[in-house]
Amino acid sequence: MTVRFKQFPGVSLSEEDFRQGKVLYQMDELKAEYAWDSGIAIGTYLAGLKRGVILGVRCSHCRKVVVPPRTVCEWCFRPMEEYVELPDTGTVNTFSLCYITWDMRRISEPEIPAVIHLDGTSELGPSSVIMGGILHKLGEVDPKEVHIGMRVQAVWKPAAERTGAITDILYFKPIR
Amino acid sequence: MRKVAVIGAGMTRFVRRALETPKELSWEAARMALESCELTMDDIDAVCFGTAPDAFDGVHMNGEYASDGAGGWRKPFMRSYVGGGTGVFVPIQGWYHVASGMFDVVLVVAEEKMSSYYPHAQAAFLTIFDHTTERPLGPNLLWIFALEMNRYMSTYGLKKEDIARVAVLHKRNAAAHPCALLGDANITVEDVLNSEVLAWPVQRLDVSPVSDGAVAIVLAAEHVAKRLTDKPVWIEGVGWHLDTAYWTNRDLVYPRYVEYAARMAYEMAGIKEPRKEIHIAEPYDPFDYKALHHLEGLQLAPRGRAIELYLDGTAERDGDLPICPSGGLLGVGNPIAAAGLMKIAELFWQLRGEAGERQVPGNPRRGVAQAWGDLMQVGTVVVMGR
Repeated sequence: MTVRFKQFPGVSLSEEDFRQGKVLYQMDELKAEYAWDSGIAIGTYLAGLKRGVILGVRCSHCRKVVVPPRTVCEWCFRPMEEYVELPDTGTVNTFSLCYITWDMRRISEPEIPAVIHLDGTSELGPSSVIMGGILHKLGEVDPKEVHIGMRVQAVWKPAAERTGAITDILYFKPIR
Repeated sequence: MRKVAVIGAGMTRFVRRALETPKELSWEAARMALESCELTMDDIDAVCFGTAPDAFDGVHMNGEYASDGAGGWRKPFMRSYVGGGTGVFVPIQGWYHVASGMFDVVLVVAEEKMSSYYPHAQAAFLTIFDHTTERPLGPNLLWIFALEMNRYMSTYGLKKEDIARVAVLHKRNAAAHPCALLGDANITVEDVLNSEVLAWPVQRLDVSPVSDGAVAIVLAAEHVAKRLTDKPVWIEGVGWHLDTAYWTNRDLVYPRYVEYAARMAYEMAGIKEPRKEIHIAEPYDPFDYKALHHLEGLQLAPRGRAIELYLDGTAERDGDLPICPSGGLLGVGNPIAAAGLMKIAELFWQLRGEAGERQVPGNPRRGVAQAWGDLMQVGTVVVMGR
């Protein structure tokens, strides 16, 4: 192409072009509100969180226990109906120290998102699937001390304040 | 199945913010692709269009909205959408249109305009997280890459200064690309390591830029291709694959979705030893570690050892296996769907010996391009050869 084409289309604009009014544009905001039904599996999961329990679900065929719960086993394509109470402890599978928000604002104290592999769930071979991995955040910990493999436990909201949401767990903290 | 060739390609510059609308970008790329093989819209039997989420543009059915620019009017027209994998999936869609015998000549256009979304296109991605179990935690898109990069680095004991070599090579390669947004012939590992920390271990220069742009290619059945050009580049193998939607249930250390897509494409292409039979690789590189991850999924390096290709010079343009000679997403830019199709266009130009300053020496015969989409879930792979 570089040999066939000498010129390439595409006019690049800068912030300055906008400030100087060289470009006309239309601003608008979309309004979109939703109320998502939690469904059978996640509804059961949320009800468990409300009473301070993490629920996994077991496949009656392959016996895997997974979190978050779902109504169909991805491996067997058979129903998953047997809910299992799990301990609220687990292991940090991976984490990040995040210094920006969703809209790219800077924050000085990092948020610490992590994938936490919950205890009591199934595990396949070394490089495949972690059945009990969930996304959550870490707290009550010095960012410098967080490491993969760290043992953690859920810190719950007081029972009266729980609403049946993933945020009923405030964060996970190290087990000392 | 009939043999299918790429016979023409065109692209716009990739820029942070384009004056042109999605329709206008699509038209520019489509016009160039047609001109490059001396066809007109009358010769085109069907149009395949790729653009990633409607959320960027705030337009529902964005493919249909932009269809006139892509030449879709009064033609069988279809948009495909598999997130970031779209750019390498839309030529696969074009391939089966032709391979099946349904159409002889198909125009494939991929366009993305990310700059319209305010304040930053990153936020348009938030809806890929689960609305009940993840979004209440206030995630941002970088979380998942930072989590994956950390898992990958820690498992194999890789160093940040080594991974930075990927960003350096790709951005240096892009300096020779006339459409590149972030080409830089003088960038160093120190520049990458000194850039702002966004979500550790991800720093500013580990990431590809938000961009606007469009790319188009023309596909033809064998009997047409041989009439139109003496340098057809054949699509020898295609593959695509999906991993579990529960991304936290995946061990992020290895991209199985890429492996399965690659195995499908290699089997079709008759490739038994990819490392020996592939001469150019264009793995998807929205982040520097991601190129390494994908090279391992593509079976071009053992697990945890793709970095060696960069450390010993194998990945360089004149190395044994040039990687992203285009400059990749890190250097040329990352207008999502267009970025994937840019890799296909690059293989087309490289395999025809038309890549100018970027030309890989030694008359390369075969290349592979790959993209990935959604929360590391979709793998799309195309093998091309001459």
